[in-house]
Amino acid sequence: MSRSVATPAGRDAGDEAPSPDLMTRLLAAGVDRRAFLRYCAALTATLAMPPRFAPRVAEALTAVDRPALVWLEFQDCAGDTESFLRARDPSVAQLVLDLLSVDYHETIMAAAGTQAEAARDATLARGGHLVVVEGSVPLGAGGGYCTVGGRSAEQILKAAAAKAAAVVNVGTCSAYGGLPAADPNPTQAVPVEEVISGVPVLNLPGCPVNADNLTATLAHYLTFGALPPADDLGRPLFAYGERIHDNCPRRGHFDAGEFALEWGDEGHRKGWCLYRLGCKGPSTFHNCPIQQWNGGTNWPIGAGHGCVGCTEPGFWDDLSPFYDRLPHVTAGGLDATAEQIGLAVAGASAAIFAAHGAGKVVQHRLARRREHAAATQDGDAHE
Amino acid sequence: MSERIVVDPVTRIEGHLRLEVRLDGGQVAEAWSSATMWRGLETILEGRDPRDAWLFAQRICGVCTTVHALASVRAVEDALGLVPPPNARTLRDLIAAAQAVHDHVVHFYHLHALDWVDVTAALKADPGATARLAQSLSAHPRSTKAVFAGVRDRFAAFVRSGRLGPFTGGYWGHPAYRLPPEADLLALSHYLDALDFQRDYARVHALLGGKNPHPQTYLVGGMAVPIDPASQAAINDDTLQEVRGLLLKGRDFVRQVYLPDLFAIAAAYPEWGRIGRGLGTYLAFGDYSAAPPRTGRPPAGGLFPGGLVRDGDLSRAEPFDPARIAEYVTHSWFAYDKGDAEPLAPWSGETRPAYTGPAPPYEHLDVERKYSWLKSPRYGDLAVEVGPLARIAVGYAAGDGGVRSATDAALTRLHAGRDVLFSTLGRMLARGLETGLLADHALDLLDRLTSAVAAGDLRVHDGSRWDPATWPASARGVGFHEAPRGGLSHWVVIENRRIARYQAVVPSTWNAGPRDAAGRPGAYEAALAGTPVADPRRPLEILRTVHSFDPCMACAAHVLDADGRPVVEVRVQ
Ligand code: SF4
Ligand code: SF4
Repeated sequence: MSRSVATPAGRDAGDEAPSPDLMTRLLAAGVDRRAFLRYCAALTATLAMPPRFAPRVAEALTAVDRPALVWLEFQDCAGDTESFLRARDPSVAQLVLDLLSVDYHETIMAAAGTQAEAARDATLARGGHLVVVEGSVPLGAGGGYCTVGGRSAEQILKAAAAKAAAVVNVGTCSAYGGLPAADPNPTQAVPVEEVISGVPVLNLPGCPVNADNLTATLAHYLTFGALPPADDLGRPLFAYGERIHDNCPRRGHFDAGEFALEWGDEGHRKGWCLYRLGCKGPSTFHNCPIQQWNGGTNWPIGAGHGCVGCTEPGFWDDLSPFYDRLPHVTAGGLDATAEQIGLAVAGASAAIFAAHGAGKVVQHRLARRREHAAATQDGDAHE
Repeated sequence: MSERIVVDPVTRIEGHLRLEVRLDGGQVAEAWSSATMWRGLETILEGRDPRDAWLFAQRICGVCTTVHALASVRAVEDALGLVPPPNARTLRDLIAAAQAVHDHVVHFYHLHALDWVDVTAALKADPGATARLAQSLSAHPRSTKAVFAGVRDRFAAFVRSGRLGPFTGGYWGHPAYRLPPEADLLALSHYLDALDFQRDYARVHALLGGKNPHPQTYLVGGMAVPIDPASQAAINDDTLQEVRGLLLKGRDFVRQVYLPDLFAIAAAYPEWGRIGRGLGTYLAFGDYSAAPPRTGRPPAGGLFPGGLVRDGDLSRAEPFDPARIAEYVTHSWFAYDKGDAEPLAPWSGETRPAYTGPAPPYEHLDVERKYSWLKSPRYGDLAVEVGPLARIAVGYAAGDGGVRSATDAALTRLHAGRDVLFSTLGRMLARGLETGLLADHALDLLDRLTSAVAAGDLRVHDGSRWDPATWPASARGVGFHEAPRGGLSHWVVIENRRIARYQAVVPSTWNAGPRDAAGRPGAYEAALAGTPVADPRRPLEILRTVHSFDPCMACAAHVLDADGRPVVEVRVQ
């Protein structure tokens, strides 16, 4: 799978009138230049780039001519769409009105039926567009498990990707199969990359995707004309380069051996480590602790529930039951121990540890849940 | 002359919905509603730890996020005989109320408004006249000429670019659009304001649930968000204050923006109070009660009472009986062991996916046979409608004071009789009315939580049955919730500490399901019949009626027991 840079999309507006530049549009929208530069600085930080890149981001965004975006929904729950609607900087209104030409998005577009498909097909015919995919693609029942306008998800995806500049998978379903592909995968659901080839693909897993990471990715693309650098699982390093456990504010308690043992107990109320209540932070890569959700308001561990590992391939099977402790851990103490926690969970996560230079990967796939039943009855996980 | 048209994709909904419609004499003669996507979630749930079920079930829908988590934990608690502490129940209701307010605002502005508002006509509006119109409707502080001029100019620049993005291909200029340009500009402006509003209001969920969509603080037995006024890592006075601020903003937005706009649109389209009546029979389970749950049924005495209203008769609500729910698959892509003629109750439900539809790409479905991934739920063999209108109708018939006074005031304001409720417009009104009730109720819930905390009650979880070793060898339970789109129920059977069977009977299945064995249509299909269609190539009117239900299809398409194992018959109560 090639992860090379994409060519800038949609710069060619054909014979349509050129749109006013972004700064003009933003000024019309009441966004002043100072606010815009502040926004670009924040975006640069999200992308984990040095501050000196901020002017370049600003310049590129000002000049860009609204590339076309086609958002496809297959076996999804629209959670990623809803996440997109929560975008802060730029807000969804700015994205839609000023930065991108969202030519097809079933959940928000005005047109329906024939007119909706016509809008999409016109964009696909021009080419050079971005495709955003939400939801997995079912191969079973001859495509009958998911059709739109009488065509199967697979048929639609292939057509949309053919002349696309890049494909961005939002959410764990399109990136890795996600929930529909969880055991026993009743519909033969597969991730997008098993269906298409020959176009750069980026995965933004998460259940749902964090809107900040989506908008930063789009901004990176608009600025540099390319997708951001990614790990072996196709996830951009700026958002998925670090382990939750390593940036977790409860980490001090983990190291000190201070754990919440029961929901609502003193440790839970005081913000101690949730590892013993099943937290999967030690095996999960995401910028969740730093970026947080809904404009930096909070995140699951911040609220008091353990991480479930939603950015990891196969997490529905590999990391459940979610309240069981990660295996092979002597709790408390040293960083070396913490490292082992991560290494102990292999599954598809294994590759990422290798990619991050974490050294030798311990192959230990969690037992399938049905066999696992016996083990949990020992009560070990819930002391 | 009869003509067949297809609307697929139906957009501005959640999920994948297809409508096939037969037109006759300029109106819909018959309609067939098809869900064209299926994931098999309940099959996936089989064999899992019941304490995990809510995380999976929550992903049934990301739009009405949280509602399946709630129904799921309620079902497992019902099975285990657990009653979560009062604070946990209050927190859950608070999250649910905030969800409903959020969801209804998004539905009105972003999913439904464009059926009534011609945004391109907004360019012709005079910002001064728009400001005067807005000020006559409410005291919203952003109703100034400068704000409306800014929106118009921004939108004009957008249109001049020649690339309309999500507004491309709308039915602009359709003769059924009838608002004056000032109202179009007002609505467009509030469409954008509502984008910001919903983004900010979702922070209620982030504060109490860690994130939105898909908040993550549910637990079987309570909630995973601790309460402690002395801790920065728990719900404390700051959190309660912040939530209060957001809830107050929400109430203001509903009162000053959403409801005035709703009444303005309703006043401009009075004939839609006579179109889209549909089944006229309404079912609500009831919800938002401070009382503890009762085994196998919803708690009594909530903000919305449960019950059945038949044939639009608002003088009487029959009590709700969970044992009367059963589902047909006669026209669904599933097969029952003993044939498809008889319905099965959720407890004894079985489903083998059996796609017999055309191979894609296809032009038409075979609507004489199976044509949807939805089952057809029936209540005592009746096809019923669920949702905001059902809650309002049942509440009204049951004599609920809050529902009655809100409804009567709205009808008086529109100079309309109660019959107008049973229509496309009535569904929109009912949604608005309950949004007002829920926006207020959310503040009451916060008061309840605040007083409990002040009195020293910090309990959020009952851990007495957390350890599966404490569970019986087999158990079964049901959880009910009045979700934004209507009555939702999850049914779980637990054997040997694992899920043996799971089924969700969801609002959009009640409403969007296909015909049953007797050929009786579902709620969408019935409501579409009689809807006028001026231009078959631009069936704007069909969207108006179907969107009045707020379709949510991922929610609706589900299955259990894909291997079609023999099932034990179990009765509720
Ligand atoms: S990844 Fe999660 S949020 Fe996104 S479609 Fe799948 S289930 Fe929904
Ligand atoms: S185990 Fe979880 S809660 Fe504890 S420090 Fe690691 S990520 Fe944070």
